[in-house]
Amino acid sequence: MCLAMPARVVEMRDDDQAVVELDGVRKEISVALIEAPRVGDYVIVHVGYALSRLDPEEAAKTLALFAEMQAAGAAA
Amino acid sequence: MKYIDEYRDGDLAKGLASAIAREAKPDCRYHFMEFCGGHTHAIFRYGIQDLLPSNVRMIHGPGCPVCVLPMGRIDGAIHLAKQPGVILASYGDMLRVPGGGRESLLKAKALGADVRMIYSPSDAVALAKAHPDREVVFFAIGFETTTPPTALAIRQAHREGLSNFSVYCNHVLTPSAISSILEAPSVRDLGTVPLDGFIGPAHVSTVIGSQPYDYFAEEYRRPVVIAGFEPLDVLQAILMLIRQVNEGRFEVENEFTRAVTKEGNMKAKTLVAETFEMKRSFEWRGLGLVPYSALAIKRQWAQFDAEARFIVPEFKTEDHKACACGAILRGLKTPADCSLFATACTPEHPIGSCMVSAEGACAAYYTYGRQRRKS
Repeated sequence: MCLAMPARVVEMRDDDQAVVELDGVRKEISVALIEAPRVGDYVIVHVGYALSRLDPEEAAKTLALFAEMQAAGAAA
Repeated sequence: MKYIDEYRDGDLAKGLASAIAREAKPDCRYHFMEFCGGHTHAIFRYGIQDLLPSNVRMIHGPGCPVCVLPMGRIDGAIHLAKQPGVILASYGDMLRVPGGGRESLLKAKALGADVRMIYSPSDAVALAKAHPDREVVFFAIGFETTTPPTALAIRQAHREGLSNFSVYCNHVLTPSAISSILEAPSVRDLGTVPLDGFIGPAHVSTVIGSQPYDYFAEEYRRPVVIAGFEPLDVLQAILMLIRQVNEGRFEVENEFTRAVTKEGNMKAKTLVAETFEMKRSFEWRGLGLVPYSALAIKRQWAQFDAEARFIVPEFKTEDHKACACGAILRGLKTPADCSLFATACTPEHPIGSCMVSAEGACAAYYTYGRQRRKS
């Protein structure tokens, strides 16, 4: 039950509700737990609530780190 | 799927695995506990253990809320479900967990109790709104991830003036459980399970932040790396832990920076603090009574507290004698060590809680590891 997924906010609605999309599936969720949600944000959705926003820069840094490790592994 | 597929890349996984193989010293043994069921699931599903050198062992911790809830609390929920006029709303995983006498919420439902499966606490509030003549009780369980949504559901019920909604609160706290594992006599005195480091929770940490783990690093001198739930996240975290051990460091490092900050989600934390208070102690399956490890609804919200509105007896129910869930949750045994595993206890007919939830160590091992072990 702890499985949560990153989904993109595609529409903001009233009462802290928003529509998110993941792989073509759309669902209305609550964004009451995060500050200033916006269309285009990626959020981690759990039991119908966005728990946090994904930081695109940090996500790219982590991927770059993996690639660095891979290169180091191949060189060894 | 963005932010998912790129963290499952097979070539990058091979690169990380060879970096781990290169850096793990052959004369050292590394024992790391992943606290979260989400990590356990990823480790089995993607065969991560197979990518690790034989001296790097993963131990599966108690971070599955379904698995750690003692049978007595399930009996409490069944008792509530049987009260006249009650609709008991629960997350799906909880329905099949056997309580004492092998009864589950699903069986209670078959016998006439009104038990509804919900996906979100707001569904429970919607049920209360739709059935003003009934009492809707939400069976709330979970770690720091599910607690803020429960708090919001209570606020929503209050805002909408619902007098027929209440919460049977079973929310538990991650840091207390980690302390308990590190302080358990079986771990500390007997040294049965040496733990050289922890993979810290992914989604729990989005809420509480990385700061609460500083205590473990300092007090228990164990490294903690917070990691996402995708396979590359887990491999990277293992590599970061190996480096800390090799260098004699014990720090909190964050691999999941794309979603976790040091302070966490302040809005969610404030809401939780305003809605709940610590229970002096709470029983965990496998860990026994753990001080200050669970939350109760604050007195000012008592009208939404099922335990204040109904009489819920304290059920003291012993686990099945042969069930090893307790030892598995403490990392003392693996699923294969249990005599019931894959014989009397299967995901279709679970006896212990570790087999019920998909994130439980036994269910993950049964689904992804069982056949491999035989071959």
